[in-house]
Amino acid sequence: MSIKIEARNIDFYYGNHQALFNNNLCIEENKITAVIGPSGCGKSTHLRIYNRIFELYREQKVTGEVLLDGENVLASGVDVLELRRKVGMIFQKPTPFPMSVYDNVAYPLKLHYKLTPRETAERVEKALRGASIWEEVKDKLKASGLALSGGQQQRLCIARAIAAEPEVLLMDEPTSAIDPVATLKIEELMFELKRRFTIVIVTHNMQQAARISDFTAFFFKGEIIEFGGTEQIFTNPKIKKTEEYITGRFG
Amino acid sequence: MMRRRPLTWRKLSNQFVKIFSTAAVLLAVGAMLWILYTVACYGFRSMSLSFFTTPTMPYGGPVRGGIANAFLGSVMITFGAAVIAVPPALCAGIFLAEYKDWKTVSNVLRFSANVMMGIPSVLVGLFAYIILVVPTGNFSGFSASVALAIIMFPVIMRTTEDMLGMVPDALRESALALGMTRTRATVCIVCLSARKGLLTGILLALSRVSGETAPLLFTALFSDGWPKNYFTGPIANMPVLITEYSTNSPFEVMHQAGWGAALVVTVLVLVINMSTRIIFREKKI
Repeated sequence: MSIKIEARNIDFYYGNHQALFNNNLCIEENKITAVIGPSGCGKSTHLRIYNRIFELYREQKVTGEVLLDGENVLASGVDVLELRRKVGMIFQKPTPFPMSVYDNVAYPLKLHYKLTPRETAERVEKALRGASIWEEVKDKLKASGLALSGGQQQRLCIARAIAAEPEVLLMDEPTSAIDPVATLKIEELMFELKRRFTIVIVTHNMQQAARISDFTAFFFKGEIIEFGGTEQIFTNPKIKKTEEYITGRFG
Repeated sequence: MMRRRPLTWRKLSNQFVKIFSTAAVLLAVGAMLWILYTVACYGFRSMSLSFFTTPTMPYGGPVRGGIANAFLGSVMITFGAAVIAVPPALCAGIFLAEYKDWKTVSNVLRFSANVMMGIPSVLVGLFAYIILVVPTGNFSGFSASVALAIIMFPVIMRTTEDMLGMVPDALRESALALGMTRTRATVCIVCLSARKGLLTGILLALSRVSGETAPLLFTALFSDGWPKNYFTGPIANMPVLITEYSTNSPFEVMHQAGWGAALVVTVLVLVINMSTRIIFREKKI
């Protein structure tokens, strides 16, 4: 057991509006950490700090530290491109690029590594197998990624995210736009993925958090109300607010 | 008891709006068909192979001229305009859509584009005349291209901005989240995803300027014979041919050739417009 990511004293602002208040959170290596809480409580906002994707929008500001293997990724000297190779991200809606299935997965490989075409092909297959989608697409690698079904598109995005061998996977409600059967497939896939990657998943679905995660953090109004082992959070929450939320009294 | 409002009036007004909008549609379509019909009727008479293969000739010569040089000249002028206008217009559109933090610059750019779109094309022609034709001392196809490029620029820039604006933020973010630089994400992913819209914008701008006449009168002017001196001499082109032949000539043969040229331009613009629709309708790749 070791800590992969540690968030310390995180405050976050959208312009003048403060969205996160003194967040402190430890993410364990090769475990799934679920982030739950009602809409607008700052779950996604918190996640989007880890790979600094929020920086796309100039009015968004953060203070505090996020330590990845002990190194503060929010420091000014950190190379964002290298950080994002190490910390991959999956979004709510599948976002395949407008190119073939093969090229979608090969893109990050070609971006970060010098590979022969043969090595690329092997890596692409490995990534597609890793995302449990190889069997479904192996005969249509040349077809457009946009021609796949929603669930397949999302697994294609997972393949694309793991192709460049990241260390951490951030998943921002990865199944909320996908049907139940496809959701089940992705949940099963996550058990495989956590052997190789550290996973942080934001989810609206409490059953999902209970099924798949090892640790759970409960967010409310920008604060981390409670954090602990998933079983403890769902069976024996220490804080009343957490209990009210997981028993469905609000949210 | 609530007093009921009579239904008759509501139904009547419903019918009235329906009839009125249908009539408006018929009027618009009818006007277009009428124009096409007229141009086709008059223009059809001059259609022949030699009409497309021989250049214009002065009236009264032994051989009857065609419009081949004017067609070629128009293609050169329009293509030149596209070469000048498209790259900066795309870049400006990308700037407006992607770099939203630079609000002041964007607002100035957008405002000046709106002003440019409102400037009558005759003024653009005059401008090209003053800065290119007068100093060099000769009319040229190039100066015409510059004038048309000025007209195309704001049109392409605004459609580019609109088309890129339709690309969801999630696509940008997922490109950046893979470790792409901002430039690569914009050019390789966002523009790729909007490429059909961008191409449509360019084609529509081309079809818009391909019939512009006023700027060409100041810049390309006209010349019988094949276009040889794009940069240094007046050049034959379709719009000026149509104007001159149809209105400024006493000879029936030239009137006919003018109508023939009008038909060619009309068909060309129709083809461009329809191909943009086909491009847009095609399945996504």
